[in-house]
Amino acid sequence: MASIGKIARRAFLIGAAAVAGGVAVGYYYYRKPYANPLDDQLAAGEATFNPYVKIAPDNTITIIAPREEMGQGVSTTLAALVAEELDVTLEQVRVEHGPTSKAYYNAAILEEGGPFAFFDESTLAEATRNGMGVVGKFLGLQGTGGSSSIRDGWDKMRQAGAAARFMLVAAAAQRLGVPAGELETADGKVLHRQSGRTLTYGELAAEAAARSPPSEVALKEKKDWKLLGKPQKRVDMLAKVTGAPVFGIDVRLPEMLYGTVKFSPRFGAAPIRTDLSKAEKMPGVVKIVPLETTYGHGFGVIAQNTWAAFKAAEAIEVEWGKAAYPADSAAIAKTLADALASNGGSAMRDDGDVDTAFADAPREKIVEADYFVPYLAHATMEPMNATAQLRDGALEIWCGNQSPTLVREQCAAAVGVDQDRVVVHTAYLGGGFGRRIEMDYALCAALMARETEGRPVKVTWTREEDTRHDTYRPAALGKFQARLGDDGLPVAIDMKIASPSIMASVLRRLYPSIPALGPDKTIVDGAYNQPYTVPDYRVTAIAAPIDIPIGFWRSVGNSVNGFFHEGFLDEIAIAGKTDPVELRRKLMAAYPAAVKVIEKVAEISKWSEPLPAGRAKGVAFTQSFGSWVAEVVQVADTPAGIRIEKVWIAADVGTALDPGIIEAQLVSAAVYGLSAAVNQEITFTDGAVEQSNFHDFDCMRIFQCPQFEVAILENYHRMGGVGEIATPPAAPALANAIFALTGKRLRSLPLSREVRFA
Amino acid sequence: MSRRLPNCMDDNEGIPVRLTVDGQSIDIDADPEMPLLWALRDLAGKTGPKFGCGIAACGACTVHVDGSPVRSCVLKVGEVHGPVTTIEGIGSAEKLHPVQQAWLEEQVAQCGYCQAGQIMSAVALLDEVPSPTDADIDNAMGGNLCRCGTYPKIRAAIKRAAALKTAGA
Repeated sequence: MASIGKIARRAFLIGAAAVAGGVAVGYYYYRKPYANPLDDQLAAGEATFNPYVKIAPDNTITIIAPREEMGQGVSTTLAALVAEELDVTLEQVRVEHGPTSKAYYNAAILEEGGPFAFFDESTLAEATRNGMGVVGKFLGLQGTGGSSSIRDGWDKMRQAGAAARFMLVAAAAQRLGVPAGELETADGKVLHRQSGRTLTYGELAAEAAARSPPSEVALKEKKDWKLLGKPQKRVDMLAKVTGAPVFGIDVRLPEMLYGTVKFSPRFGAAPIRTDLSKAEKMPGVVKIVPLETTYGHGFGVIAQNTWAAFKAAEAIEVEWGKAAYPADSAAIAKTLADALASNGGSAMRDDGDVDTAFADAPREKIVEADYFVPYLAHATMEPMNATAQLRDGALEIWCGNQSPTLVREQCAAAVGVDQDRVVVHTAYLGGGFGRRIEMDYALCAALMARETEGRPVKVTWTREEDTRHDTYRPAALGKFQARLGDDGLPVAIDMKIASPSIMASVLRRLYPSIPALGPDKTIVDGAYNQPYTVPDYRVTAIAAPIDIPIGFWRSVGNSVNGFFHEGFLDEIAIAGKTDPVELRRKLMAAYPAAVKVIEKVAEISKWSEPLPAGRAKGVAFTQSFGSWVAEVVQVADTPAGIRIEKVWIAADVGTALDPGIIEAQLVSAAVYGLSAAVNQEITFTDGAVEQSNFHDFDCMRIFQCPQFEVAILENYHRMGGVGEIATPPAAPALANAIFALTGKRLRSLPLSREVRFA
Repeated sequence: MSRRLPNCMDDNEGIPVRLTVDGQSIDIDADPEMPLLWALRDLAGKTGPKFGCGIAACGACTVHVDGSPVRSCVLKVGEVHGPVTTIEGIGSAEKLHPVQQAWLEEQVAQCGYCQAGQIMSAVALLDEVPSPTDADIDNAMGGNLCRCGTYPKIRAAIKRAAALKTAGA
């Protein structure tokens, strides 16, 4: 994109976050490796080769998959990266999340934090990616998000497996007195074929681990892969079908107390008048304590069981302060509209000369539309919870979370102990979707653990607290216009999008002393960085001042702008009398990977074949997290309303390491997007969220779920993410299909406000 | 076999309740108004059934009472008259129930949090309707939410389980 240079010179919010983590410590520190956190955690006789591999004498092989398993299958595929190069099967290894450590920093999570489209491979874009990767190491942020885990682990975890294998082979060569070149490895054993002798890795581990690691290792070629590229059995499946206690909420400890929280319904508002007397007398109540964090004010109830805590929380009588933000949905909509009309903001894409293009445009060549999306809750199935124990100046925390190092840092500060006195046990997450990158659940448990005289306390939020104290996907308002050329294709597109800044909101909670400066690209992610070529093409982000907590919701800005951009593109296609697939194919011509994806989805959905009356299809495409995804949705008019019959997805992920898990993620993310598109919104009255539970914030159910057909492509030369990429195109493909079915253009979510669904 | 649990303290202000859970007799002290779910999870140490909503809207807490599926988050423990079966009582890692086996073979679970409830609903469905149609599945499973969107695999696994049960019968 021609204009990106002038944008990149500005400060970005992600940069502010990096400074907060203390980046300015010099190049040397970056080069220095972190210590292996497994060194001081070994069982008797166990040996470790690097932070990802440990092997016991009985050939128990443990692989550390240090990203948080929230359903995306990351523990399986990360383990497969190591296992492939180590020459072991997934069945014979134990896979653990492992300890909390900066050694498990995620560099890739920030690499796309700069203001560049994924396919921009200019020197500046690449330099920024490398710089952001360095920032990731500096921060030592062990975290899972941004569909980055596999891209982050891709080299380093294969190298970890290969290096351990190299050292095991070298030890075997010495033991057997044969050249290393005569040795083979398979299934956790070293074999000397000429003599028929074999040694297990366990027999060699101690002496192998004592050797110096190789400075370079050769990785297998793709054609030699045994595990990668093929569907694996998930390592977490047996536990999950047998009801094993694998979630944070399942933690049980001796002498454990239970608790819950009750926060101000108005974000940030403090209590004005409180009467705890009734609540404190409720059966089973141990203690009620005030809570204050960067997430707001509330009370923690400590009790003998969770139910007693819930009942007592209901009985707390409190009058809360006023909201310091637009207090209802109408006021929020007006703030967004005012921001949009302000002519401010940052043009994150600015190709050609948009103002001139529209100045002399004939009226009949102009397409205009306003779009809106509401706030959304994450609604993970497992409500927020954490268990904490503080004794002898040491804090221990158990929870599902998306960043163990952040839990450690934030909770240490909250209770006033050093970080090296905090141990974080990361459980499986009963859903993450970006919600568990936040820290409120852990902070509450840590603060309440100060009140229990050393006993552990498991703090579980009600669904109502969870729904009403989320960090929401922000609402957004867009104003768009396009000028059509004589061939019906757009020659100019101008998109203005107003939304509160997610990065500023996150910074306020995690690093409140750091000012939020500069534009926030998440406001326009999914609109400014799409692989379309239009001569005059501008996308402007306008941060709207609404201080309701917002955060990362599966696919983040792409969830907003996928709908905006692709809905509007469908309007352009219809106005220019161009087939929507054909329009995209032409505008994407400079990006072959994108063209192949749109052609593939057209092929598998039989796009060009006519449908019987009462059925219609819609298409949408979004490039996000490094992957290219097109979806076609087919809807049917039924007596009960519109039925979503079938969804076709074509996705180019560059390299598909586990096609089974990738397909499951594509379906999952599309269902997540369709749930929101059909039915979900978070609205406000008197500063409080109106929805509270699944009866008024429902999700797609089995009888509403369409059939899916998925095609996974590997044309692009860089690997993309997987976990979020199918969410953005789902809503626009559905809205476009409904237009094709009914002639009614839907520009506002949720769609059930305007049409009835079966 | 009967046992007392360490969580049953005098200050719970509950009354003695005897439950039969997964074939085991368990004595607890509980407020009879307490939902069965919390009696199971906090007092009886059965964490298989999950808390999702507390209003019978998501199905994560589904267990069987007398063989019928119930939402344990709204059933008062004082009103439980019959043996309770949780996910931990239908099979084990060593000896899976056919529905669990089908779930494993279809690789259904993602985050997995709803799956204990899904499996308990599916077990109850297949006990009643050995070869369910898609409509039967929609009816029986509509109360069980899955935020990961595993529904297509749940449907496939129920059909596979039906075949497994028929073959094993």
